Amino acid sequence: MTDPRLHFKTPLRQTPFHSRVAEANVLNKWAAWGGYTTALELSDGEMEYSAIRNSASLYDLCPMVKYRISGADAGAYLNRLTIRNAAILAVGSVHYTAWCDDEGKLLDDGTLFRWADTEYMLCCQERHLPWLLDTAAGFDVAVAEITEEIAALSLQGPCSASVLNAAGFDVKALKPFRMARFAFDGGELTVSRTGFTGDLGYELWIAPDHAVSLWDKLMEAGAPWGIRPIGTHALDTARIEAGFIVANADFIPAHQALREDRVRSPFEMALDWMIDWDKGHFNGRRALVAERNGSTSKWALVGLDIDSNVSTEGSIIYHDKKREVGHITAATWSPATKRNIAIAQLLRPYHDQKSDNLWVEVYALRELQYAKLMLRAKVTPRPFFNPARRRATPPGNY
Amino acid sequence: MPSFDAIVIGGGTNGLACATRLAQAGQRVLVIEGRDKLGGSTAETDPWPGYRSPCLSHLLTHLDPRVETQMKLADHGLSFVDRNIPSTALALDGNHLVLTGAAGDTISGLISDADRTAWQGLRKRLMGFAGALAPFRAMTPPRLAKESGNQYLKLAQLGLGLRRLGRDEFREFLRLALINIADVLEDDLADDRLRGLVAFDTVLGAWMGPRSPNSLFLYLNRLSGEISGKRGATALPRSGMGSVATAMIQSAKTAGVELKSGAMVERIIVENDRATGVALASGEEISATTVISAINPKTTFLDLVGPRHIDTGFANRTRNIRSRGGAAKLHLALKGTPDFRGANLRSRLVIAPSIRSVEDAFNAVKYGEVPTRPVMEIILPSAFEAGHAPDGHHVLSAIVQFAPHEPKDGKESARNAMLENTLSVLEDHAPGIRALIEHSDFLMPYDIEDRYGMAGGNWHHGELAVEQMLFLRPFPAVAQYSTPIAGLWLAGAGNHPGGGVSGAPGWNAAERILSRGRS
Repeated sequence: MTDPRLHFKTPLRQTPFHSRVAEANVLNKWAAWGGYTTALELSDGEMEYSAIRNSASLYDLCPMVKYRISGADAGAYLNRLTIRNAAILAVGSVHYTAWCDDEGKLLDDGTLFRWADTEYMLCCQERHLPWLLDTAAGFDVAVAEITEEIAALSLQGPCSASVLNAAGFDVKALKPFRMARFAFDGGELTVSRTGFTGDLGYELWIAPDHAVSLWDKLMEAGAPWGIRPIGTHALDTARIEAGFIVANADFIPAHQALREDRVRSPFEMALDWMIDWDKGHFNGRRALVAERNGSTSKWALVGLDIDSNVSTEGSIIYHDKKREVGHITAATWSPATKRNIAIAQLLRPYHDQKSDNLWVEVYALRELQYAKLMLRAKVTPRPFFNPARRRATPPGNY
Repeated sequence: MPSFDAIVIGGGTNGLACATRLAQAGQRVLVIEGRDKLGGSTAETDPWPGYRSPCLSHLLTHLDPRVETQMKLADHGLSFVDRNIPSTALALDGNHLVLTGAAGDTISGLISDADRTAWQGLRKRLMGFAGALAPFRAMTPPRLAKESGNQYLKLAQLGLGLRRLGRDEFREFLRLALINIADVLEDDLADDRLRGLVAFDTVLGAWMGPRSPNSLFLYLNRLSGEISGKRGATALPRSGMGSVATAMIQSAKTAGVELKSGAMVERIIVENDRATGVALASGEEISATTVISAINPKTTFLDLVGPRHIDTGFANRTRNIRSRGGAAKLHLALKGTPDFRGANLRSRLVIAPSIRSVEDAFNAVKYGEVPTRPVMEIILPSAFEAGHAPDGHHVLSAIVQFAPHEPKDGKESARNAMLENTLSVLEDHAPGIRALIEHSDFLMPYDIEDRYGMAGGNWHHGELAVEQMLFLRPFPAVAQYSTPIAGLWLAGAGNHPGGGVSGAPGWNAAERILSRGRS
């Protein structure tokens, strides 16, 4: 074992797939994510995005934070922690969920996997162990961070089912948000039909010592479909098209916010549809009841369709070109829909009744000179891109 | 299922005060007490044949005037041997210092004229500050949040009262409010006995030493109390502390309160996010429109309500209420009259020879250790009146500080060591007293926790310290007696102006419940 005092020599960890990602990363574009070295773009960003939408893509998901929650009260515990009803989640199923502090402000969102009657896995962007442990007091439940115990890969794209089948994993009957298990390499592979691209896709969970052989297997089996490792930039384009939000990009977790007006409730991030008001008490419920009954939500999360093709990332939104009414948290030119799209936070009621006269102020850098643009923005439904193949079971034979 | 307008959990002084106030307003009220005897820490026991002994508290300093008059405690049998029993600062050489009158109005004994004058000045000043703060005791602490139901008129009066001290005194108040008592005593006084006595009185029942930051505020809190309109009182109820409990029980009964003792509440029933009643350990369930907990706030939320009905942050805040007990309780049955080197036994005997002695005794408990020379306050109820012990015998009650609430060498061994050190100090001051001991009973903070449900064995159901007083008691979200759970209220000593035996938090809570009901 290395001397723990030498930790500063390796400020970022390498994921179990690092050797393979490094090999593919000819552009050498790396970034830190959750304490790991991860790739932003490997060889060609456009082609990587194209793999997500047209063939199959492989993305190293290891830095996602994972917690195992087990024990007789696991369901009751998660019902107290999260806003959705975890107790009715079927074994072998997954759901998207979120959790709040006492004031009903978002701490994070994530996916919850029910492995067994009394065992779940919570997968999210940020770390929450103290909060999860504090919440466990009084429950017969054990909470452990298992981020390093599980290597995760995301296989996304219309051909992803075909690639899995070719690799020997029959996922034809696997429905969205369901899990299946397969023997692999002397270990066990869990495949869930989940993803962050809004396309047909799967996430694969395996012990780290089988990680590299899984990667190799999929790359080999996927070759006829043009499978391609991808970086975070390509995934980000796809997730915006799918209308997904990311903690610390589209909202600040309440425990990290320094400015008291930065925190957001589920209503304000369009996550209120998940709240189960009838399951009993959960963290933040009283504050959320007050927000619902008093209609006191200040913000709304919307999708925007913006004139021109200039990316509007981080721009301020005006009503009638005068009054500041919001800002854009994620934006991209959408290759799939050929639209200039964005995810934005708008002060109410500029998200609906007063949404007819919205403008985005963009400073576009054109050969070392910024051009100030006022671009027309229209509120538009999310997801921006929502193909039927995402939900089809059995999946299309592409 | 029987049903009431209000159920009060806990039949201590605050529970009884709250219940009586509600019943006087026409509500049907039930008080449920887990122990066999009502009265909480003021109840008495008959531990040994022929002897009566106070359970925990043995003197009264803070009886709320509203409780005293509106519960007609005098009519229900409460009277006092003395509303201002003298305090004797015991000296090993017999050169005691005796303070008589409210908060040591006059000093007798050998002491320099300079100290005599300085004490008068200091006492007057501190009494002035305490008097300005006293009205705050009878109101719900304010909050900054919108629609908090603040009593702005009363707050304005309070502010005016402080301003009325005059510019110079107000400036002194601001200088002293958060200072430690040791610095002030060392600035103003030279006499070790006097310094030791005041230092001891300041930290009595607290988990801090005289040099701990903000300790002076506790002395102001002590002086802000009153008995029958007399500020700075140290009163001994006639026929013992138990008569406070008895009078309050009688008053509650007269007001129509139903009393149920020997019934442990196991759970507060919460339905649709509203407290609707209680479930007893016996399995019985009783419903009520309002449930009021006059027991420890930690126990209330973490055990009776349970984490499933409260938010994680709120549970953390509750768990973090600081509640370390530093006081042990000694009861002795003596088969003769002890001699504290000539000290008047009809006084409060304090062994705290210097600031240093109090601070040293506190230092030990910081590390979970037993102090070698504990400091203490001694009362011999049997010296004041007959009926506490057989003729010629005495019963001695002492609050001994500081005792570790989490001893590092184990509870049994700490109890034995603490008792031995206590008796050894006693023997030094009253030679021969050990030979007189017929029976003894010694409660460490953890014994007090077990017996009286005080978290950490802290007498005040949460440490008295500036950061846990007033609108911070026990913490801001529940400082106004209401809780996040509709229909559930707090009324115990864990809330403002709690600590001690006063009935004030209970009375304040009842007033708040009634006014909120009207609004």
